[in-house]
Amino acid sequence: MHTLPDERPAGNAAVSGIVRHPIAHDSAQRHVTGAAIYVDDIREPEGTLYVAPGGAPAARGRIEKLDLKAVRRAPGVVAVLTAADIPGRNNVGAIVPDEPVLADKEVAFHGQPVFAVVASSFVAARRAVKLARIEIKTEKPVVSVDDALAAGSRVLDDYDFVVGDTRAALANSPHRLDGTLRIGGQEHFYLEGQAALAIPLEGGELLVHSSTQHPTEVQHIVAHMLRIKQAAVTVEVRRMGGAFGGKESQASQWAALAALAAQVTKRPCKLRLDREDDMVMTGKRHDFRADYQVGFDESGRILAYDVQLNARCGHSVDLSPGVVDRAMFHADNAYFLPAAAIRSKRLKTNTVSATAFRGFGGPQGMMAIERAIDAIAWKLNVDPLDVRKRNLYGPGRDQTPYGMKVEDNVALELIDQLEQSSEYRTRRKSIAEFNSANRFLKRGIALTPVKFGISFTNTLMNQGGALVHVYRDGSVHLNHGGTEMGQGLFVKIQQVVAEEFGLSLERVKITATTTGKVPNTSPTAASSGSDINGMAALAAARTIRGRLVDIAAEQHKVPKEQIDFRDDQVVVGNRTMPFEELVEAAYRARVQLSATGFYATPKIEFDRAAGKGRPFFYFAYGAACSEVMIDTTTGEMRILRADLLHDVGHSLNPAIDLGQIEGGFIQGAGWLTSEELVFDAEGRLTTRAPSTYKIPTTFDLPEDFRVAFFENSNREETIWRSKAVGEPPLMLAISVFAAIADAIHSLAQAKPVPLDAPATPEAILRAVQAVREGS
Amino acid sequence: MREQIRFYRRGRLVEHADLTPDTTLLDYLRLKERAAGTKEGCAEGDCGACTVVLRRLREGRVVYEPVNSCILLAGQADGSEVITVEDLADGELHPVQRALVEHHGSQCGFCTPGFAMALFALYHAPDKPAPDRTRVVEAIAGNLCRCTGYRPILDAALDACGDRREDRFTRDEKEAEQRLQSIADDADLFVGSARHFFAAPASIATLASLYEQHPDATLVSGATDVGLWITKELRELPKIIWLGRVIGLSKIETEADELRIGATATLEQVRHAFTAIDPDFGELIRRFGGWQVRNAATIGGNIANGSPVGDSPPALIALGTTLQLQRGGKTRVLPLEAFFLDYKKQDRAPGEFVRAVMVPKLANNERFRCFKLSKRYDQDISGVMGAIKVRLDGRKIADARIAFGGMAGTPKRAKAVEAGLAGASIDDATAIDAALRAIHEDFTPLDDMRASKSYRLSAARALIGKAIAEIAGTATAATRVFGRRADAHAA
Repeated sequence: MHTLPDERPAGNAAVSGIVRHPIAHDSAQRHVTGAAIYVDDIREPEGTLYVAPGGAPAARGRIEKLDLKAVRRAPGVVAVLTAADIPGRNNVGAIVPDEPVLADKEVAFHGQPVFAVVASSFVAARRAVKLARIEIKTEKPVVSVDDALAAGSRVLDDYDFVVGDTRAALANSPHRLDGTLRIGGQEHFYLEGQAALAIPLEGGELLVHSSTQHPTEVQHIVAHMLRIKQAAVTVEVRRMGGAFGGKESQASQWAALAALAAQVTKRPCKLRLDREDDMVMTGKRHDFRADYQVGFDESGRILAYDVQLNARCGHSVDLSPGVVDRAMFHADNAYFLPAAAIRSKRLKTNTVSATAFRGFGGPQGMMAIERAIDAIAWKLNVDPLDVRKRNLYGPGRDQTPYGMKVEDNVALELIDQLEQSSEYRTRRKSIAEFNSANRFLKRGIALTPVKFGISFTNTLMNQGGALVHVYRDGSVHLNHGGTEMGQGLFVKIQQVVAEEFGLSLERVKITATTTGKVPNTSPTAASSGSDINGMAALAAARTIRGRLVDIAAEQHKVPKEQIDFRDDQVVVGNRTMPFEELVEAAYRARVQLSATGFYATPKIEFDRAAGKGRPFFYFAYGAACSEVMIDTTTGEMRILRADLLHDVGHSLNPAIDLGQIEGGFIQGAGWLTSEELVFDAEGRLTTRAPSTYKIPTTFDLPEDFRVAFFENSNREETIWRSKAVGEPPLMLAISVFAAIADAIHSLAQAKPVPLDAPATPEAILRAVQAVREGS
Repeated sequence: MREQIRFYRRGRLVEHADLTPDTTLLDYLRLKERAAGTKEGCAEGDCGACTVVLRRLREGRVVYEPVNSCILLAGQADGSEVITVEDLADGELHPVQRALVEHHGSQCGFCTPGFAMALFALYHAPDKPAPDRTRVVEAIAGNLCRCTGYRPILDAALDACGDRREDRFTRDEKEAEQRLQSIADDADLFVGSARHFFAAPASIATLASLYEQHPDATLVSGATDVGLWITKELRELPKIIWLGRVIGLSKIETEADELRIGATATLEQVRHAFTAIDPDFGELIRRFGGWQVRNAATIGGNIANGSPVGDSPPALIALGTTLQLQRGGKTRVLPLEAFFLDYKKQDRAPGEFVRAVMVPKLANNERFRCFKLSKRYDQDISGVMGAIKVRLDGRKIADARIAFGGMAGTPKRAKAVEAGLAGASIDDATAIDAALRAIHEDFTPLDDMRASKSYRLSAARALIGKAIAEIAGTATAATRVFGRRADAHAA
């Protein structure tokens, strides 16, 4: 791309008031009036049937008997589906074909779908499900990380990055510490549960409405399963009611079942998961056990870091290769590691397959090193912030463990700014005073950075496509491969296209994502939505704009440089005409008013075998300072204040980006505090409803919450020099977890704090008691 | 006797003589009316996406009550006007909707209809002055949002409710009152047949005889628990007796030394009465559930349901509450703790129902504290819920009544600790600590997903210790992360 958007005349953006402006979400009015349509709200065609899955009653074993007689006889039941009904490939595995749509001989986790009922109503289908008799010859399930380590159970081979001689560097370090941190998983709890509506068309074709981040994958899985061509399956999604990674691979199974039901019954079929089924049957964030050793000098500078990231991947591969790799890519967070061994184990357990969740492993990798840094500070009895600052990447200390050079190095500047604006040092003093005066309550504070790599680490996925039509009335039809899950992607791309044509936003019509318009797309994931689809849409719009410029120059005999598009008008030399007038002229001159656009992220490559390369186009940065208060007798905790400073480059839409930052932080805080997934010894998820799994409420919002953008551009040529913002802010919440540890640390200054995540009241009290014992 | 359920919808009277008794209001809206604006997020009353507002008469006044339509039976809307998210805008957005848009209060938008409705109810709440942050947080405690982190929703609420002007609903209030009056009959409601019905008796006498006749019927008060039998357990409930129309059953009477509270008083109604007994008790009831839940759930339901983690029983037991039960024409009274026999087993005969609770007020020399521990502060089920009433003799504990939830199969008293505390000075830390050790004799709690046995025991012990420290004079600013009290009435 030659002309960068922000290299155009400086006044341009200000005149348009579109790009880089805080414009409301395109659907905001529909959201607040109930007019926004989600999959379950689509008015079903007459005769639609409803599908409900039936899950395995054990976590591991062989299906001895599947007695569905009573199910078939139940009122309203039209069909009962099992693996035997699948004509093609019985698989929903995204990367490796190891996960069945319906379990066949073996079951691998408690609640795994084994059959599905198709009935005249949702309730009839669910009631019939309960009548199944499934006999399983059970084996002892592998449930926890520890179980899997003991059993040597893996879904994938171990994989390591190694820099320098870590063993020697550890041995030669003046100080050495080791530790273990357990990091819990997380349920997405998108408010809209998984849903799909499959409508059979003529000639064996299917239209599938699916609440998915990855329509192309749904299309492929459905086609393979039904043994039909991909071209015979169209997958469409207008919007999702939240996803957070939970609908990247996890939407496929439900769309596949709806499609299978539709093919078997020849009627439209809808499947939407009840919340409890959704929580039991769909994947979550990976929980980890990180075992680390760190060697450091008197000043707290890290000389060597060895970490083993043990990830619970569940029963199948799913997206674990990417998730655990990304944990490794973020095991350094923002810190230079002269010698490092970043090791990973991808553990197989008899639990639902862990999957993508905002941050995609990055948060877990960062948690380990942030704990190591705290441990160094506790050992040396210095402020953890000083240890953090001493270890940041900087000139000459800029090689990551995977061989990528950190070129921008803005972390220190960003942290310094936040340290000032949050009054970190003054507050640290007053907290110490408070703590010495209080028996029951203790406060803690922490300031932690985030450096997050932007790009899919699987390089080939970094491509985007778009399709733009201009109609004769001057309205624009915009379509691209990205999906809208609430993150504001659609409005950002609408802004980009409106800006390019000099049109008001209303002229650019946002349309549902469909595999019929832009094919072979990547999932909307890895925070890449606006980076890749924005550039693709810009390319498409620019192609049409170029054609319009050509025709205007030709017909009006004006040099191309004197043609400009703004305020719904086209300026052609000293003449101004409505946009639609030029469009009509182009039409009459037989100029094509439709174009595709395509974008492939430049500069990136990664040699996985060597563990070296440049997997990321750029890094997004941020830092947060959180202060908490804990009750040392009950473990209750409250966030008193949080200051966030985040780098979004030149924001495409500051209102949308602010929403991502705040929302990501609170979601991260939930992950690290109140959100606890509990599996019992039989592998049953016992926290399977919002009554037992607790995401934050308004009360949990810090009373004093200050969020600011870090003034920065993107040194790389991204869409309007913006930076990706979907995932990085989630990791700002690590400051909350570190602040809780800091509060506990005040009880016994010399001791490490054995706090695991999530820091529930019980976990906090356990750490308090451990620190107090013997002190 | 009336044989149709009837409520107002968009100004029109809707009558139903053939609704399946266990149809939820949400299914009615989405499947029958095909109004898809109201969303199902969890179908158990925990996320608030399905929030609708019932405009109804309470004591002759028009009120706007948000409820979770996913676990409310359609029949429970009888006598009300059902207002949904599609109804707010009138050519232009309602102020709460406009504020949500302007403050970027929606991202994925799925929870938004529920928030809009909760804020709409707050807009019409008789708060003076305008709601502050605490009040807004309270109003939307029952609404989950996974995208925004709530800040913009909070700002939208403060903005819209800070300057409450007339809207279409205030303008229409006089007529609405007349409409609601016109359907506010005293008739018993019975829809269906002897084997399959939704009944809503209007008097205690009809209730008693109907339930005696159909002891197999399901008594429904707020349906915040029964709703889940329908949506989660998929139970068929062919005979439903809803208590919401029984005249006189929700009465709250203040006597000189006790409160007499009718079984169907909602938690929102008793909250203020309990706050008058002690602010901790009021806060406990506030945290019992979101606004939607408190508008539906009743004190009698919370007791009769017999949950080991029900929040009101431990506090009521510590206060020395008695329970009045009725069967046919006969009533009996028993101490509340005697009602809970065993896990999910209560001393309630077939055909017998909870009529009222009698809650003693605190005497001058009595002090009360209650604490609820949960993973999340608002709208969570207790891991441990503890309540203590201490009768003081100077700075000595004359006697103590302590009860816990979450520590046994039923709400249960800590009698060994009570015995140990009797006679101890509130200033004698050693004596109190010795008494607290007896918590192990009182309870052998379970490990479950909410808390472990060891956490429950050490936290329960700490709570009593903290209560006594507060009673001895330590300010709650030094003892509590949450729920501080202004009136630390020290000994």
